[in-house]
Amino acid sequence: MLGYTIRRRLATIPVIGMVALFVFSLLYLTPGDPAAVIAGDIATVEDIERIRQKLGLDQPFLTRFWVWASAVLQGDLGISIFTNLPVTQLIGQRVGPTLSLALCTLIVAVAVAVPMGVIGAWQAGKLIDRLVMLFSVAGFSMPVFVLAYVLIYLFAIDLDWLPVQGYTPLREGFWAWLRHLILPSIALGTIYIALIARITRAAMLEVLAQDYVRTAHAKGLAPSAVLLGHALKNAAVPIVTIIGIGIALLISGVVVTESVFAIPGIGRLTVDAILRRDYPIIQGVILLFSTIYVLVNLAVDLSYRFFDPRIQY
Amino acid sequence: MSALAPSLVKPARLSRSQAWARSKEVVWRHPTAVIGGVVLVLLIAMALLAPYLGTVDPQAISPVRRLRKPSETYWFGTDMLGRDVYSRVVFGARISLAVGLSVAILATTIGLAIGLITGFVRWLDAVVMRVMDGLMSIPGVLLAIALMALTKASLENVIIAITVTEVPRVVRLIRSLVLSLREQAYVDAAIASGTRTPLILLRHILPNTLAPLLVQGTYICASAMLTEAILSFLGAGTPPNIPSWGNIMAEGRALFQLANYLIFFPGIFLSLAVLSVNLLGDGMRDALDPRLARNM
Repeated sequence: MLGYTIRRRLATIPVIGMVALFVFSLLYLTPGDPAAVIAGDIATVEDIERIRQKLGLDQPFLTRFWVWASAVLQGDLGISIFTNLPVTQLIGQRVGPTLSLALCTLIVAVAVAVPMGVIGAWQAGKLIDRLVMLFSVAGFSMPVFVLAYVLIYLFAIDLDWLPVQGYTPLREGFWAWLRHLILPSIALGTIYIALIARITRAAMLEVLAQDYVRTAHAKGLAPSAVLLGHALKNAAVPIVTIIGIGIALLISGVVVTESVFAIPGIGRLTVDAILRRDYPIIQGVILLFSTIYVLVNLAVDLSYRFFDPRIQY
Repeated sequence: MSALAPSLVKPARLSRSQAWARSKEVVWRHPTAVIGGVVLVLLIAMALLAPYLGTVDPQAISPVRRLRKPSETYWFGTDMLGRDVYSRVVFGARISLAVGLSVAILATTIGLAIGLITGFVRWLDAVVMRVMDGLMSIPGVLLAIALMALTKASLENVIIAITVTEVPRVVRLIRSLVLSLREQAYVDAAIASGTRTPLILLRHILPNTLAPLLVQGTYICASAMLTEAILSFLGAGTPPNIPSWGNIMAEGRALFQLANYLIFFPGIFLSLAVLSVNLLGDGMRDALDPRLARNM
């Protein structure tokens, strides 16, 4: 067990290293002169040269990668081209809103999706199950920003219950903070809910067909006790796995959601960086998000034994 | 074997009533897939026939008629430059569907080639799969954003960027299929009878990967249409002079409180297109892989 834990943790290092190498070499792999693309159409030759030097494009690849990677390991993600501020500082200033949004969405999604999937499997084939399935296909097909605008139109403009956009930090009051996060969390969470509900339902159906579930029913347990105590517990591994994998959807969605709801988080920073072609920021954000994604899935892997003690690593 | 083969390949012709019963059964079993298929066909027809559907030049600017609300003359209203939104949405179908289809074809073809080779060549496997693991750890939209930030905005580059994000998933799928297929007795038999590896791949492995690949391809098509819209919406996608659904919505953003139809009409079409492809994919998965279909 301990051996596996250590091996599994070590195995994330090459993956993150691969991400770093890839994100870094994009600058060299893309056709054309990235310095010219970043500088834009109205740039002078000197501008392009300045950016080339700033990105280190005038140096050999391996030298540059070595310098960059050792800086990253010391927590230095480079300097933004546009603002001249360190990328770590820019990201650091914006962690709060993004973390708030992501956590709210995660809580909403799991709290809604798992019961949905359980009920769908329990009532398999009945109307409520059909509705769950319909929702999970539709949720997968609606772009997050279209859904966001529908929600804004209904609940912020028409009914005027919630703010249209913006963000209030937690220290200015819990309710003010939460009010601004309700619509974004629903918009961002829908695709995630669709994914988790679908897998939960499938996993539950599999477990509900097992003999021990029939036994539990036969010995007179209440349906809720069978569903939650016997079935859900045994269906936990695929559910937790999909929650981990789905984090990728959450991360991609954060970028869009923050930009629709004008939330000053890391996603918003990324979009501003795209428009200004500020590559060091994009590079830093991707590295950060990918690392989080890999680590979350490491945690998911290591949690299997907690849900299913039979698992031998 | 050869005497049996024709009857296996060529089923007896169905009589008309049999064919009718068969198609009724398909509709009955997979009603949503059929609806998805019909909607998709309609959307494709709309894209192909765009110039004949009462549209005007989607790029024609007319400042006098700015921001007209949807009406009988302007079915979907006009945007801030006075362009007809209905025409832009109809022509926009071309971009979305073209991106979806091109990415699906490119990603499945490239993924199939890489997956087949790595599944069979052991020493390559470790290297390629580490690269794929790395690529898959980068959330798709972010990877596409990074690629777009470094290249000139063009339709081809959007297609390439989205393809790069989708290929690793196909490679994973094909590789896992190949790994289980190569343990099959008929592959052993082929190896034992001296068939060369490329021929085994082509004749014995490849045909068995096509059904799952087709299903995966549909999902990729749906996801590519979404990604294109997101990229365009964020300003990192199709160049603004091309009326894609994402671009129309991106331009409507600032005016949402004034002219929400600029977002809602393309949004409805985009959701409908993605939904129809997803429904079709689910139906094909049910039909081609009954084992998975039971629970999903």
